[in-house]
Amino acid sequence: MVRVVQSAVIDAPIDEVWRLLRDFNSHDQWHPAIAESRIEDGHPADMVGAVRSFSLTDGGRLREQLLRLNDRDHELTYCLLEAPLPLYGYVARIKLRPVTETGQTFWQWDSTFTTPKDQQAMLSDLVASGIYLTGMRALEAHLRAPAPRTPAPSFQTEPLARPEPPKQTRSPLQVAPENRSVRLQVYGATPVSGAGSTLTANAIVMDSHGGPEVLQFRQVEVAAPGPGEVRIRQSFVGVNFIDVYCRTGYFDLLKPPGVPGMEAAGTVESVGPGVAHLSPGDRVAYACGPVGAYAACRTMDAELVVPIPDWFSDEIAAAGLLKGVSAGFLLHDVHSVQPGQHLVIHAAAGGVGSLAVQWARAIGAHVIATVSNHDKAQRARQLGAHDVIIGRGAEFVDAVMDITHGKGADVIYDAIGRDSFDGSLAALAIRGHLVSFGQASGPIGEKDIGGLASKSVTLSRPNYGHYTGTRAEMQMQSARLFDALERGYLKIDAPAAYPLADAARAHDDLENSRTTGSIVLKHQKGSTASRIRSPRENTDASFNSR
Amino acid sequence: MTTVYVSAMIPAPASTVWGWVRDFNALPRWTPFVADSRIEQNLPSDKVGCIRNFVLKDGGRIREQLLGLSDYEMSCTYSILESPMAVENYIAKLSLTPVTDTNTTFAEWQADFDCPAERERELTQQIGVNVFKAAFDALKLKAGGR
Repeated sequence: MVRVVQSAVIDAPIDEVWRLLRDFNSHDQWHPAIAESRIEDGHPADMVGAVRSFSLTDGGRLREQLLRLNDRDHELTYCLLEAPLPLYGYVARIKLRPVTETGQTFWQWDSTFTTPKDQQAMLSDLVASGIYLTGMRALEAHLRAPAPRTPAPSFQTEPLARPEPPKQTRSPLQVAPENRSVRLQVYGATPVSGAGSTLTANAIVMDSHGGPEVLQFRQVEVAAPGPGEVRIRQSFVGVNFIDVYCRTGYFDLLKPPGVPGMEAAGTVESVGPGVAHLSPGDRVAYACGPVGAYAACRTMDAELVVPIPDWFSDEIAAAGLLKGVSAGFLLHDVHSVQPGQHLVIHAAAGGVGSLAVQWARAIGAHVIATVSNHDKAQRARQLGAHDVIIGRGAEFVDAVMDITHGKGADVIYDAIGRDSFDGSLAALAIRGHLVSFGQASGPIGEKDIGGLASKSVTLSRPNYGHYTGTRAEMQMQSARLFDALERGYLKIDAPAAYPLADAARAHDDLENSRTTGSIVLKHQKGSTASRIRSPRENTDASFNSR
Repeated sequence: MTTVYVSAMIPAPASTVWGWVRDFNALPRWTPFVADSRIEQNLPSDKVGCIRNFVLKDGGRIREQLLGLSDYEMSCTYSILESPMAVENYIAKLSLTPVTDTNTTFAEWQADFDCPAERERELTQQIGVNVFKAAFDALKLKAGGR
């Protein structure tokens, strides 16, 4: 058994070094011995188990498998599956540590393997200096003054093709110029004709805040994705009440001119450098800022964009990701709902409400739903509510007290706001929890919190962004939602679909309660307006502004 | 649990630096802040379990117990039994790694401990800068570096 160890200090922060190394497919960007590399079977390049198949500049082909990837400790392990050299049982490990006093990075690269005795010295030296040391120095040079690599992969002609980017090979002798100012080039989407260039797409643009009429159907330029960004061809765009607040200027989400919208689903068209969790061709969805979703194609930070399962349609994803994730963290994180607890869900037939009723029921809570009319009461019962109350006045408080034998509700989810706040407090149990997450009836206004002591009430005002603001959080939240959907804990209804060009009409219908359920905008080529289902009413609530 | 982590480059081969620091009773010889040290109960200073009882130049007395010593990994782990710092569950590890490229040493020192939240900042500074970094600076000087 031979053990080879190389270590060096790299003149770059650990995050920069790790960002490249954790991408198991990045080595052909920086290692001079590697000509071309791809990940087999379209797996993400940071997935444990992923296999990279790559060719050397001298023509040999190798396959290596990622065995371990630890973002916390900055360590990864991989092994050789196939090689033209007798490196048997080759397992290698890369380990980074910060040099805290200088901000540099300590990098150790080691491996163990067996090899025929007579070739041991030669092969050990090849691995130690030809691969490890050369690679370390090349990566440092790449970070310092990367050689411009063009063109970026071309996907817009075949957006559904699986990711096997036709990367350009490059001579290992090409030395990067010693100039830090060149740095942006490697990341910048080099505007070469064809691949990686700006696209044109249909979008809804608003030139000023105002009524639905400010939503104009127009063509916009969509930039190629920069570092950390992704460009998505969107088939469905979610319409949420927050978009109305964005349009009117009630929430400061958009400085006109700009494209509103914060939720959509589609297919990754291309990714910028440093994006490891998405590949072109992936089906994805997002529900997050910044605005810009009302478009057939957009470029955005990839951080909060999540891949969606095969069984989850774009239409349902665009309609339900935000609401589903919201229901998830309201029931699990804001308050951890337990079996047997008495829950009140206001606006139980609305977007978040209807999902929360189903999910809370699946958890085993006793669900008390409130709605505004008989049709919705019917709906809430179908969704699984144990008790349904029509109205939110004094009769509501009495009914809750009745149902809970005078104890009151353990937790109340209230997105109605002004008209329900006081009643909700009155209907709470001692040490109850009021989760106030919207104000469909108007702002709650000033309240005296002294009175909360009469029952030791906990009051929460959760903000969507604070539960879904990082990739780790969004991944956890979306995975929980997909899992619950797959298990049948809840079902997201098909939305009403309007053509993208009819966004103004969709807003008008939403604001005037002429819709039931969710609304999506559908991108269609050659847009002949599709038929709209007969819209009636709406009870959706929206989250607090970010 | 609070973690303090400090790392530095020492411009001498790792085996040389390890020779300076592996003796659990050698603090007065290589750190700038320890006046005197002895190993309790006359145990050898590289016996896991031994306790070093030392006096700081500012007069404070500290007792630390050796929990692990690896000549293979060039690392040393110990806990604080008594100190004026009022930390609890304090476990620290000093480790050296060779930098093969330059035949020098990458030195790491990490401490994990519990303390009242309001003292966390002060203790982090005290341990990270006045102890670990100061000791590394002394090693650098000893190695003939900056």
